[in-house]
This record gives sequence, structure tokens and C-alpha cells, in this order.
Amino acid sequence: MKTIAVIGAGIVGSFLAYDLTQYEEVEVILFEKHGDVAQETSKANSAIVHAGYDPVDGTLKAKLNKRGAKMYQNICKQLGCGYQACGGYVLASNEEEVEILQELYARGKKRGITVEIKEREEVVKNEKNLSKHIRKALWVPDTAIITPWEVCEALVEEALWNGLQLHLHEEVLDIKACEKGYVIRSDKGQYSVDMLVNAAGLGAQKIMEMVEAESLFTITPKRGQYYVLAKRSQPYVSHVLYPAPSKAGKGVLAVPTIHGNILLGPTSEVLKKVDNGTTTSGLQEVQEKVEKIIQHVPYQEVIHSYSGCRPTGNNNDFYIEESRRCKGIFHLGCIDSPGLASAPAISEYVIVDLMKLPLTFHKKKHIVHRQKPLIMRNLSETKQQALIQKHPGYGHIVCYCEQISEQEVVDCIHRKCGAHSIAGVKMRVRPGMGKCQGGYCEVEIAKLLARELQIPLHEVQYDEDSYYEVAKEGRR
Amino acid sequence: MKQVDMIIIGGGSAGMSAAIAAKEAGIDNILILERKEELGGILQQCIHNGFGLQTFHEELSGPMYAQRFIDQIHAYRIPYRLCSDVVWIDERLRVQYVNAEEGYVWVQAKTILLACGCYERNRGAISIPGKRLPGVYTAGSAQRFLNLENILVGKNIFILGSGDIGLIMARRMTLEGANVLGVAEIMPYSNGLNRNIVQCLKDFAIPLYLSHTIVDIQGDFHVERVVIAQVDEHRNILPKTQKSFAVDTLLLSIGLLPEMSLADHLDMEMDSKSKGAKVNAHYETSIPHIYACGNALHVHDIVDFVSMEAHEAALCAVQDIKGQYHRQKQFSTQAGSGISYVLPHSVDAQPSQNITLCVRSIRPYKQVMINIRTGDRIIKTITKRYLLPSEMERIILKPSDIGILEESLIVEVKES
Repeated sequence: MKTIAVIGAGIVGSFLAYDLTQYEEVEVILFEKHGDVAQETSKANSAIVHAGYDPVDGTLKAKLNKRGAKMYQNICKQLGCGYQACGGYVLASNEEEVEILQELYARGKKRGITVEIKEREEVVKNEKNLSKHIRKALWVPDTAIITPWEVCEALVEEALWNGLQLHLHEEVLDIKACEKGYVIRSDKGQYSVDMLVNAAGLGAQKIMEMVEAESLFTITPKRGQYYVLAKRSQPYVSHVLYPAPSKAGKGVLAVPTIHGNILLGPTSEVLKKVDNGTTTSGLQEVQEKVEKIIQHVPYQEVIHSYSGCRPTGNNNDFYIEESRRCKGIFHLGCIDSPGLASAPAISEYVIVDLMKLPLTFHKKKHIVHRQKPLIMRNLSETKQQALIQKHPGYGHIVCYCEQISEQEVVDCIHRKCGAHSIAGVKMRVRPGMGKCQGGYCEVEIAKLLARELQIPLHEVQYDEDSYYEVAKEGRR
Repeated sequence: MKQVDMIIIGGGSAGMSAAIAAKEAGIDNILILERKEELGGILQQCIHNGFGLQTFHEELSGPMYAQRFIDQIHAYRIPYRLCSDVVWIDERLRVQYVNAEEGYVWVQAKTILLACGCYERNRGAISIPGKRLPGVYTAGSAQRFLNLENILVGKNIFILGSGDIGLIMARRMTLEGANVLGVAEIMPYSNGLNRNIVQCLKDFAIPLYLSHTIVDIQGDFHVERVVIAQVDEHRNILPKTQKSFAVDTLLLSIGLLPEMSLADHLDMEMDSKSKGAKVNAHYETSIPHIYACGNALHVHDIVDFVSMEAHEAALCAVQDIKGQYHRQKQFSTQAGSGISYVLPHSVDAQPSQNITLCVRSIRPYKQVMINIRTGDRIIKTITKRYLLPSEMERIILKPSDIGILEESLIVEVKES
């Protein structure tokens, strides 16, 4: 039996936990300093599975993005997560950008990714709000969208069914070599492990520095700010729209989401320290830059804005290596874009190519699959009726904007990787994601949490991280 | 499919008033669909007084005001369903709702009355900058926590927006022992009723910062500090005007919006100013037999006007049910200079009933006239000592005032 620790329950750590628990001879411990999975970069990004034409040749990004993108559809299907191959257009408005499209086209072709150059007329048929300056586009049908935190939660949950030890709210403070491996000291205890994967995202440099004599990579938090537009029956855009990429990155995009909203963003701001806030100037920049690709943006339909920091490295590529100094420690640093798209392939690469587990270990004969969550709005009317008859709570709507029933909220609280806070419920079943942003439903959700967790209402936590309760104390 | 003459969506002040009016006008086959556990809507959490001055000539609390209507609904045995959320309506007047007992139910209506109230504009809608931290509530959520769940959401409070709920909550939370450090309003004038400015802020020495807005929300794990700054007339932030307040809670009282999601998929004409549906003088939307009233149509200042409007709207729908509604050629109403919006959006060429015009000004005025004219013909002139955006003007036009229209009806402010 080997014990492997994974640090960080973002998308990469979640895939590793999921993949590693499939082995008979492996014990997996997943450490997450936050109170829930997917709390940093994996929670606040563009939610796109890029097809893999963008990274330059010879990089890990190129190799793992292409492979990862291919893996998502099956994984999402198996886990019951949303996946939509809506396709993407890379848009060019001048000669120079058309040349960039040609470059991407050639790169895509060479990698076996379906790509096509389209004239403006063809694109505008599918995207009515295209900027009038756009002349040509690279059509990438395999560009897909997912809900990243949903995938994380599903992966970790399935891993839990297969023996994962999940340590939430537990920060790794120190790692020391011992005779047969490593001792991890956290703020809650000590653990002896044989191997360790540093998948700490924005915190990967800090973890790396705990074990290395010299710095192997540096991580700079790069913030991206986004707008979220309300759902509507005629979506404002229906494909991922990219401007032609530049040295500064992929630029400001317009992205449909699985649930029918539209994201506009991100900015690309180098920060000294991680900050999940938004700024007036940042959102102003999104407005200015997004006009490069689309027009008539319905800003009156903005329901939310957010930001996320990506762990940008110093070498324009992922840093994925076994430590030379400490065998059995694997650093996964600098996982910025296309980290989400590459995540399943990163996990596979670490396990197969670096750890070489399949050579010595066996896959479990019996893998437990989690029960997929019931999502009422996705069911047929007949199924909905039958369900309400059996469990009337599915007929009591508590979130009006997103049409979420009481029972769906209760279900998500009691799942193996369940919600313990208002934000946790929001992430899993969406009350608060609609246009009222929780104005209608927050109290209802708090009351359901209090009832189901058997705690007083004023002790219900707003999010899993802050230890901040709805009220500091009960009145009287 | 069950057949109903009038389906009323929402059992709050508008819905109940409409149901009672329809019943009194001889319609029995009514169904009120209410998504909460009880009738009364938002009134149930408005435990302050000041309700009913127009209707009952006495000062009631919200729940007391609601109870008078609830008692009447019961006395008239008007059918209603609770915990029943309407999920779909269409042009063919089919309504689908869901609840725990019946599951999904389709009903065929002759008329639909949208009386679903309004919701609070929130942080997301106006992109308030700063960190995403717990401790930011809409004023209505905080009110619900306090008045119905007995939970005070914070101890040191700052309020953005001088809407009435925010002002009411400033007083309410102060009385409950919280410390309200101030209210910031981006406009150079208050958005709340004058009586609330006096009774809720001045009486408690809570400062009101006009032409100010939030520029940052700070803290590590929850709100610890908000920063406000002054803005110019174009809402640009003025440098070196920042003030910072150590608070654990930010309440937002930044406006209410009609709840019209049910019409999202319909081809219903909407008013970009009131954010509600466009209606004719019969409160009928651009979709025949679908009516709107109360805060779902446009946001009212006081509940009495909601009840009155719903009463009128229901009587129009009753005429429709009885086959007595004869659609006429319509002329639009227009918001002229100084006016933000006018309701209704169109009137009959030759009206046979009184028309209540509801108008709001775009800014405060002193000593002005409101002219209602068609072409060069002045139909009515009203002199106002004060005209405030926060106080809706109701102007009643008699058929004899209007006569026969040949072009649109314009409402405008004339400064003397």
C-alpha cells in the first residue's frame, strides 16, 4: 500500500484524487486549505475547454491541452456534469490578425484539431452581434464549455466513494523527508506519506519552497475580471468568441455558459497578492476590449461581476516535474490557461509518465460510481411528476430565478461532498446565481441549511471559508 | 385542463386587491397563485407603520394592512394556492404552476393578471467594486432576517442607496442596537420619501452622503470596511473625496425592479424606464388578455396606490371576461421634458372611463406645472410646489377632459 497526498482541491487536484483512487494499492489524502473544493482559480475563470490549437509547439501546454480537451466529454458524461461542445470562433478584424488566424489554422491542422477559416458572412449568420469590424474567423467546433466547480465536486465526490480521505479546512504548513517518505504537517495534524503531489495552484510556489533548496518556478497571480449577463431565451452569443490572440494572451472573450448566461472577460492584471475583488477600471476595460469582437452588449442585463486569479508562471508553460531533490514529490506549478482544459491530461501525465503507477499497481476491479444529482429542470414532465409524488419537496420551489426546489437543496447538503454553507449550496445547485443574486432566496437557503445541519439559523455560514456566520450572535 | 376566468399571479397587495375587486364585480372563478407560504407578499416583513393612510385612513403596519385583505379573501372564499410557483405562461393564456401537493399543473385562463411584485436591485446589477465578501445584503433581505427570523445581520452598518427600504432599515437596525454609520446616495437628492428621510435618518442623526457612492469593499473574511467617494454630475468619482467606514455589513437599497421573468420568453413590449410591461389604459399588456398591475407593472411608493391600481386593473379584466371590453384605436402617451415615464403607455382614442396617469419626474423640481396635452391642446394643467422623482404623481383624467384624441398624449414639466 502506498499513501499519496495531493495538495489542493482545484480542478487538477480533483482529477488526481479521482484518478489515484482508482488504484487498488493506493491510499489518497487530499488536502484543501479552504472549506470546499474549487475555491480559487477553478471557481473563477472562463469555464472553457479550449481545443488545443493555441499553445505553441513543443510545450507541455500544447501536448496536455489537446489531450485533456479530448478527455472531457466522456468524463463529464460519466460523472453527470454539464458539457457542451458549442464551438468557438477566433475573430480577426485586420490583415495582421488574419495572419495570426492562418498561423493558428496551420497549428490546429498539424495537431489534428478540426479548424476552418470562415468569412465574416458565415459567422454573422450564427452570431448576430458580431462587431462590424470582424473580417474572418477561425472556426473550432471542438471548443467546449463546462462548469468547472461542478466537475471538481463530482470528481472529489466519486473519489470519496472510492476511498479518498478529504481534508478540508486544512492547510499544509511543512513537509519533511523521513526514512520511507515524507511527513506532512498541517494546521490540524501530521501525516506520513510515500508520495506527494503539489497541485496547490496559486499556492504551489509556497509548497515547492517547503521542499526545494532553490526556486524551481515563480508564480504571479494574474487577475481576470468578468461580467455575467442574465439568461434569456435568445442568447446574446451562442459560441465562444475570442479575439485573435496577442502576446498579452487570449484577450477579452464572450462566452456562453452551460446554464445560459454569458460571461464577458477576463482582464489580465498582474497582482502582487491574490485578490478576488473587482474594480471600476477593470470592468471598464472589459467593456472597452469586448467591443473588439461584439457590439450592442446588453449591459442592462449584467447580473454579476467577479474575478479570479490564475497562477501565471515565469516560462510561458506549465511546470510539471518530479522533484530532483525529493523523489516522490511532484510539482504542478504555473497551471494557468489552458489549465482547466488540460487538467485531466495533467493528472494522467503525472500518474502514467512521471509516477509510472500502471507498471506496478492495479486498477480496482470494482469502482463505485456516485449517484448523479437530480436536476429537476432537466427532467421530462412525466419524470418530474413522478418524483414530486414520491418526494413532495421537489415540487416546492425555493429559488425562483433558477427554479430550484427545496429537495434539490436538501440533496446537495447531504451528499458525500456536500454543501455546508449558503455559498456551497449556490455553487452546487445555483440558488443565488440568477438575477435576484440571492435577494429572494438567501433566507430560505439559510433556513434549509439550519434545518438540515441541525444548527441555529444564526450559525449558518455564508461561505465555507470565512467562518462568518449569518449573524455574529443570535438576538436575545 | 382546468379552466379559470382570472388567474392572478401573486398573492400580495396587488393580487389580493385585484381578486377582491373581481369577486365584487361578479367573477367567482378566480385563482390566486402565491409562491410563499402565506398571502400578503412583502407586507408581511414590513412591520413598521404608515400603511393604509389612503385606503383605510389609519396608520397600519404591513402585516395588519395585509390581514384586512386576507380576511376579505377568506370571507369571499376566493380560491388561492400557496407555495405554488408559476413556471410558465403563454399567449394562449395557459398557465403552469408547481407545488408539493399537486406537482405541475396546467390551467387555462380567460385572463391573466400579473401581480408578482418587484425585486431588489443588487450588487451584481450595478457592479459595485471591491472584494466578494460575506456581509453584503439587500435591505429587504436584512429586513426579512430581522423581522421574520429574528436575526440582526450585523452590528456596524453602512447603507448604499437612499431607497425607502434602506431608510426604514437604518431606523430599524438602530432601534435593535446596531450602529448605522451612514447612507450614501449617488444622486444629488434622496430617492426615498421625505417622511422617511426625516423619521429614519434625521431623528437618529444618521448622516446622508448625497452624490456619493461605494468605491471599495475591503476585508479578509467578511466585510470590514467600505470606502465611499463623491461623484460629479456624470457620476465620475472625484479624487481625494474618499471616506472610509469600519463596518461589518453593507446594506443595499439601490432600487426595485418589476418581477417580469414570466414574460421573458413572450413577445411582450416593455418600458425601458419603468422596467415593467407597457400597458394601455385598461392595464392590458401588448399581449391580449394579459394584464399587469402593482409593483410588477411599475414600482410604487406606497402600498395604497398598489391596491388601488390592482383594483382598477381587475375591473378592466372583468370587462374582458364578460365580453364588455371593446378594443379601440390607441394613441400613445409620451414622457415629455422633465418626465421619466408615463403610465399607461397608450389610451383609447375616445375613453369612456377615468384614466389614472402615473408619472415620475426625472429630477426634483420646485414650483412647476405638469401639462398634459395632445398636439397643441392642453388637456389638464397641475401646479406642483414640489415634484420629486421619488414621489409618483397620479393624475386622473376624465373622459370629458380628453374628448376625442387624434394624436398622442404628452405629459411634460413646465418651469415657470
